[in-house]
Amino acid sequence: MNETQNNLGAYLKLHWKTAVFLVVLLIGIGLADIFVDSYMRRLLNLCAIYVIVSLAMNLVNGFTGQFSLGQAGFMAIGAYTVAIFTVPVESRAAIFYLEPMAPFLANIQLPFVVALILGGLASVVVAFFIGSPCLRLRGDYLAIATLGFSEIIRIIFTNTQSITNGALGIKSIPTISSLWWTYGTALLVIIATILLVYSSYGRAFKAIREDEIAAEAMGVGLFKTKMTSFLIGAFFTGIGGGLFAALLGTVDPKQFYFTLTYNFLLIIVLGGMGSISGTIIASFLVTLGQEALRFLDEPMAFGLDLPIFRPGLRMVVFSFLLMIIVLFYRKGLMGTNELTWDFMAQKFQSIKKKLSRKKTSTEGGGK
Amino acid sequence: MVVGMTMETFLQQLINGLSLGSLYALIAIGYTMVYGILRLINFAHGDIFMMAAYFTYFGIAVFFLPWYVTFIITIGLTILLGVTIERVAYRPLRDAPKTSLLISAIGVSFLLENVATYLFSGKPQAFPEFPLLTTPFFIGGLSIQPVSIVIPIVAFILMSALLFMINKTKIGMAMRAVAVDYDTAKLMGIKINGVISSTFAIGSALAAVGAILWCMKYPSVLPLMGVVPGLKCFIAAVIGGIGNVKGAVLGGLILGFSEVLMVAFFPALTGYRDAIAFVILIIILLFLPNGLLGKKQVEKV
Repeated sequence: MNETQNNLGAYLKLHWKTAVFLVVLLIGIGLADIFVDSYMRRLLNLCAIYVIVSLAMNLVNGFTGQFSLGQAGFMAIGAYTVAIFTVPVESRAAIFYLEPMAPFLANIQLPFVVALILGGLASVVVAFFIGSPCLRLRGDYLAIATLGFSEIIRIIFTNTQSITNGALGIKSIPTISSLWWTYGTALLVIIATILLVYSSYGRAFKAIREDEIAAEAMGVGLFKTKMTSFLIGAFFTGIGGGLFAALLGTVDPKQFYFTLTYNFLLIIVLGGMGSISGTIIASFLVTLGQEALRFLDEPMAFGLDLPIFRPGLRMVVFSFLLMIIVLFYRKGLMGTNELTWDFMAQKFQSIKKKLSRKKTSTEGGGK
Repeated sequence: MVVGMTMETFLQQLINGLSLGSLYALIAIGYTMVYGILRLINFAHGDIFMMAAYFTYFGIAVFFLPWYVTFIITIGLTILLGVTIERVAYRPLRDAPKTSLLISAIGVSFLLENVATYLFSGKPQAFPEFPLLTTPFFIGGLSIQPVSIVIPIVAFILMSALLFMINKTKIGMAMRAVAVDYDTAKLMGIKINGVISSTFAIGSALAAVGAILWCMKYPSVLPLMGVVPGLKCFIAAVIGGIGNVKGAVLGGLILGFSEVLMVAFFPALTGYRDAIAFVILIIILLFLPNGLLGKKQVEKV
């Protein structure tokens, strides 16, 4: 008893900054949950969902070095699972008015959490079938197969009228509005990712990323390890998709166009492939940035009627940003570093040194 | 044979499959050549194809240029686009990790799609019809659009020319050398940059011809028209054995035939038309990962 107390004390002494930070963060979320208006609430929820999906993508693409582009598809699976199983039974006839819902599903209604986890598991099953042929091979087949998969899943959902209501989509899904659902899940995913990345599995992931042949020679089972990473990623992405459905209250196949995946790609590239904290920061930057730059899509309101500002400009800006990061700042914000207290102290020191030297430093550390 | 399908309709579908397959083959060659030399999935290739379609559309429907002038300009601009993309987005990353190169390719693809949406609007534009090529003629109960015959012929001529170039000319030999061993080829004095540029030029030119023919058969252009054909054609290249030009042609034809025949035999599956390519991809990767004509690749340290 005494021993554990001592351990806890020592642990807190070592990590008191982190503990304080976590407490402040939780209080912050709690306050935001009470005071924020509905627009901001939706945006913050979206940020958390983007954190979940981007972390999952970074786990596969950044930490394991396997190029998966199936995020939109896995999200669609999670979202549709939640939609199908949580829509109230009595409103189903009104939603499925073209063709009634398949009888084996029509009367099943599950609690949100169960449907959410089911959505994650459904993604895992599908991921297994994509992964088994592709992850055995070296090369980039996974990229094409996953990108193709997210197109196919859209086609399937558009055509299975009695299950997914086809192109009409499913409306009146019971929505979540509290920030705790999304931020709670995001925190769980972050903690799980940290634990995973610093475990022996995580070291195996990174070994594969650095050099598959060397990793294999060191006794890392390539297929099994890649598959583990891919399935965990798919599970989190499915969960993220389920939250997405519950946030918007409606799903339809058009939401899960493959360009959705490119948002997450931009996030992990901006944050740094292989950095958890970078991904989190970039998720917020990109999600809020996309909202903030919405004016680019509107025609200019005042005076000059410049035809430069019109629908599509915002996405041009974002794709340019992606290109610039890849070409000139390949490491993104964080590279493979993490935003730890030591890292910040180091940065602070180096900035101080630079200032005191009052000379242009030849060492371009970069941000 | 399924009830209700006569010999005529079957033959008709075969002709459709042949022309669709030839179009796929033309685009697939660009993927396979770039992959053979740079080991890169050129995600932007489908969008280069899309831009070529827009060049043709603007030439004919907006600036009212004669068709032969339009075709020359289209092919020229598309080659320029392809070579520029390689110069700007791929060459600086040649020594970077492969993931960066792949992301760069996706970035270019995303950029082209968004720029096209921004410039030309997301709405599909109707491509003017060529009555000479689209008015069907009849042979013993078969109604055939001349364009369905023209496409395979043009494709066949171009592919033969390409094969001749690869197998008999100096630049073709250089390309084969670079594809076999990049570093050794460099040591032997082959100008790598020139070879890579010409690879992109050839791939883009074929994509341009593919786009022109595509627009005649399916007269509508839109910014995302290159995505699905692009994915399918990469799959075609994988089916035939990536890196192998003949394989790309074979894969394209297989894909074209299976798509058209699936819709013809099972009309209920029409909605799943785009899915068949991916089913074939998974099957091929499971049982013949090197493709039909590909050689077994040995991974070296």
